[in-house]
Amino acid sequence: MRFLRVTLVPRRVKDLLAGKVMLLLTVLAALLVLVMIIGLYLKSKPVLDSHSLSELLFSTKWRPFRGQFGFLPFIMGTLWVTGVAIVIAVPLCLLTAIYLSEYAHSRVREWVKPLIDILAGIPSVVFGVWGMLVVVPFIKDVVAPSFKVFSTGYSVLAGGIVLAIMIFPVIIHVSLEVLRAVPGEVREASLALGATRWQTVKRVVLRKALPGVAAAIVLGISRAFGETMAVLMVVGNVPKVPRSVLDPAYPLPALIANNYGEMLSVPLFDSALMLAALILLLVILLFNIVSRSILLRVERSIR
Amino acid sequence: MDRRFAEERLFKGLMILATVLIISSLVLILLTVLLKGLPYMSLDMVTKTPQGGYYLGKGGGILNAILGSLYLAGGATLLAILFGLPVALYMNVFSRPGARFVGACRFSFDVLNGVPSIVFGAFGFTIMIFFAMRASLLGGIIAIALLILPMMVRSIDEVLRLVPHELLEASYALGATRWETALKVVVRQALPGILTAVLIAFGRGIGDAAAVIFTAGFTDSIPGSLLRPVATLPLAIFFQLGVPIPEVQGRAYASALILTILILIISLAARLLARRLTRHVVK
Repeated sequence: MRFLRVTLVPRRVKDLLAGKVMLLLTVLAALLVLVMIIGLYLKSKPVLDSHSLSELLFSTKWRPFRGQFGFLPFIMGTLWVTGVAIVIAVPLCLLTAIYLSEYAHSRVREWVKPLIDILAGIPSVVFGVWGMLVVVPFIKDVVAPSFKVFSTGYSVLAGGIVLAIMIFPVIIHVSLEVLRAVPGEVREASLALGATRWQTVKRVVLRKALPGVAAAIVLGISRAFGETMAVLMVVGNVPKVPRSVLDPAYPLPALIANNYGEMLSVPLFDSALMLAALILLLVILLFNIVSRSILLRVERSIR
Repeated sequence: MDRRFAEERLFKGLMILATVLIISSLVLILLTVLLKGLPYMSLDMVTKTPQGGYYLGKGGGILNAILGSLYLAGGATLLAILFGLPVALYMNVFSRPGARFVGACRFSFDVLNGVPSIVFGAFGFTIMIFFAMRASLLGGIIAIALLILPMMVRSIDEVLRLVPHELLEASYALGATRWETALKVVVRQALPGILTAVLIAFGRGIGDAAAVIFTAGFTDSIPGSLLRPVATLPLAIFFQLGVPIPEVQGRAYASALILTILILIISLAARLLARRLTRHVVK
């Protein structure tokens, strides 16, 4: 053994070196999240030092030129748009996931899944273009008049519809996996007791898959939270707290993306925008950590 | 008894309706982009840069954005492979199987994968300020590389996990080191799967706008160096759509069509490759 080690020294050294370098890379990459948090925090420190956190989060006064940075309109804009998207997406996605998992012929499933993958791959700007060409005019000419209100079409509802389509793939994909992970014996036991298929789904499969489905929805929410370009293009970008789904809104990501050019000329403005990015990052991290933990537990319970 | 089956039928109908609705939203989006973009497609569109003035010129095409996007996404993908492949190899070959550390890394990459691109853009921008860099091809490459790194690591990782452990052991038994095993056995065996992962990451990189809006800038010309600003297809769509000149908007629709076609080709190629995730079937 000792003899071997001596003759193989160059190869062993190479192996050890490669191992150390790769370990370093792995640690660095895995810690990227922390580096991002620290970087954004340092950049947003000036605005955090000169304003109280409650003022930043709960004031509606957004006047960067006077040094007032109230994020409430943007936070509310994000919540409204995400809320609408979730209300539209969740029922449709769950029905589709249940259909594909419990009812559909395997050939149908093999056809539909790639299509949903394609939907997931479409760039967000293309969704935005579609939203501007189809959804916005539809809301302006059909939806708003039928409620006897005027709307330019650029609204929370437009953003919500576009976002809903964008988060379809995430929710369907994850909940499909969770549903497929419910053991077949459980279904058979229920069917053997005389339950119909739907009763089995409702009372047995869904109940067992509930935590995973919840995780899928939370992943969808976090995806919707951070989506930028498509929403920015259809939501109107008016910094006021929206009062109905036909009002325009101005979500946080849109705020960051829209102001990149003017950032450096106004004092504290760049710092405030980095704070917006930090808020987004922290909220999304929280959501992701929660849903990933649930999914990890689901995965373990199967094995 | 009857009511139970009525409910069954009702929900089955709703399910099929939901599935059809979701599929038709995809079809509707693709059709809209196709019908809007097709009239503006011409040879000039893909072989010329915009002519006649900053952003607003009516003539020319979008060669600047096509090439810019390919340079940027290509560079970012290379950079991400350079960092991502070693990380995935470390997690599967070098570390003990089932190590806690590896689980923690996977978790971290999964979480990182959910971070929106605008945050990567903002973070990339802070790095650029730190190094006193201006919006440039290099800045965009770094931001996109960071954006696609987690998904690339995780998808290569999933492929490497499928490589049978016996194969590694056979290689060790022949006296190979872990490094040699990683390069000559694991990477070779998993090559088609790795390429699929790389293609998917490239597709995500080429379609992203929010991460490059601060970092890569925009220009009407084709970038000659890494330190010059670069145009990208997504931003070409976004900026030109906002200009109230029909010809310029036409360029935006053509860009949207070209970007969509590129993405479809990439995902088709990835799908064909994914049919054979490994080179040799080991039973």
